[in-house]
Amino acid sequence: MKAAGPRRLFDRLVRLPPFLWLTTFFLLPFAITLKISLSEPATAIPPYLPVLDWQGGLEGWSTFLEALNFDNYATLAADTLYRDAALGSLAYAVAASLILVALGTPFAYALARAPSRWQPRLVALVVVPFWTSFLIRVYAWIAILKPEGLLNLVLLRLGLISEPLTILNTDAAVVIGLVYAYLPFMVLPLYAVMNRLDPALREAAADLGASPMRVFWSVTLPLSLPGIVAGAGLCFIPMIGEFVIPDLLGGSETLMLGRVLWTEFFSNRDWPLASAVAVLILAIVIGPVVLFRDSLRAGEEERP
Amino acid sequence: MTWVTRTALVAGLGFLYAPILVLIVYSFNASTLVTVWGGFSTRWYGTLMADAPLLAAAWVSLRVAVLASLIATVLGTLSALALERQGRFRGRGLFTGLVFGPIVMPEVMIGLSLLLLFIGIGLDRGVATIVIAHATFCTGFVTVVVAARLRGLDRSLEEAAADLGATPVRVLATITLPLLAPAVVAGALLSFTLSLDDLVIASFVSGPGSTTLPMRLYSQVRLGVNPEINAASTLLVGLVSAAVLLASWLTDRRGRA
Repeated sequence: MKAAGPRRLFDRLVRLPPFLWLTTFFLLPFAITLKISLSEPATAIPPYLPVLDWQGGLEGWSTFLEALNFDNYATLAADTLYRDAALGSLAYAVAASLILVALGTPFAYALARAPSRWQPRLVALVVVPFWTSFLIRVYAWIAILKPEGLLNLVLLRLGLISEPLTILNTDAAVVIGLVYAYLPFMVLPLYAVMNRLDPALREAAADLGASPMRVFWSVTLPLSLPGIVAGAGLCFIPMIGEFVIPDLLGGSETLMLGRVLWTEFFSNRDWPLASAVAVLILAIVIGPVVLFRDSLRAGEEERP
Repeated sequence: MTWVTRTALVAGLGFLYAPILVLIVYSFNASTLVTVWGGFSTRWYGTLMADAPLLAAAWVSLRVAVLASLIATVLGTLSALALERQGRFRGRGLFTGLVFGPIVMPEVMIGLSLLLLFIGIGLDRGVATIVIAHATFCTGFVTVVVAARLRGLDRSLEEAAADLGATPVRVLATITLPLLAPAVVAGALLSFTLSLDDLVIASFVSGPGSTTLPMRLYSQVRLGVNPEINAASTLLVGLVSAAVLLASWLTDRRGRA
């Protein structure tokens, strides 16, 4: 677009407020977190050392920089707690993402194939729980999964089990919670991609004699791959740092990075270590974030 | 629609709604024991209305949500205009990352890093810091909603106005914004519900006396299932559903307007 002088000024003025706000409150805080992860905990306010001496000039800066170190990262590497938490986060997120792909794909496909006049309403039905309180939706599962909860009650009544299953406070409960909470994140991008597929491709395959199952496997599914990648990325990234679900549905031995960060910060008051855990989370999610951005961009470009 | 897709649809929606329905049904349970049905009663709603700390927390949440969604709506709409109407500008990649990053970034990281910033610049924690934090993570969501509608708008209307000599400000005020209005309102409502719902970020950046509703609910949920929470949850679910239905109805009118 050719931009004249006033137009250019106007464009800059439009960009400036969000740019300044997000640089100050999103980018800068990450830089500070990185810096504090290199500090030492202290019983002071703020509870870490060193604190930059603004009045100290160049000398203040150099003593400040010399006091920074990688001790917290050494702790992260040495203590098996953090390694297990990182592996735990990855394992839960991978397991839940795979289940989400398996459950979300038929669900999204069914949405995309529903009569078009119903579709906006059906999509709204998927969106409503997505915006409904996350905390409450996770909490609802406690009443369902606990030993004297609804699920055991129904299974006992049906005679399928003879004594209550222990599900709450186990790995299974955490995965159920993750799958439940993130299902709309998986279904909506996948639906968006499936909805844009040209029906002529499906019809051509069917005309050439492919069964509905075959059409799905060899035409719809491969073409929906960008949606699957976008949906899985959209779920995987926040799941790594998930706190509420492992805390309410998991057991005391359920280790996830978000929960470890929370404990280091609120219970142990070790801010520098909590910051190092935050940097570790960032290191794990940065790959999927870039991948996600690319798949988002690919989705944007194929739009007519 | 075949029976396969119909089953998938019913099963999917059933899975999404069953836990919420269970919660709502039990909120009208007369029994103190959450999973034993003791007849229909609204007693827990009465208890709720007498719970002063909970009501105070709800009031904090409401104020935060209104202010945060106002800021996020302005910033998110401007971001959408930049991304959809300014072609390639310098720093576009960084700008895109700044706008959409907070949507996917784990909440513990946003909360911790913002707290460290507030401590660093000496800003006292309270309603203001929660508003700043919520506006930051809601902006991207507004951008998604508004950008989607901008993409669907006929650009020739804006170009015609510009060709006829309207200044960019005039075009924005008289053409673009009125056409965008439903999406802007929808974005504002979505920010409102996101802010109302947030536990993790608020826990980091709130101060004494600025406990939000989710923080209060969480401290009680940790003690176990309790019928009063079921009642509070039912009210919250009702409020949020109403906001979402309104928002989806507003964005839905796009096709017909």
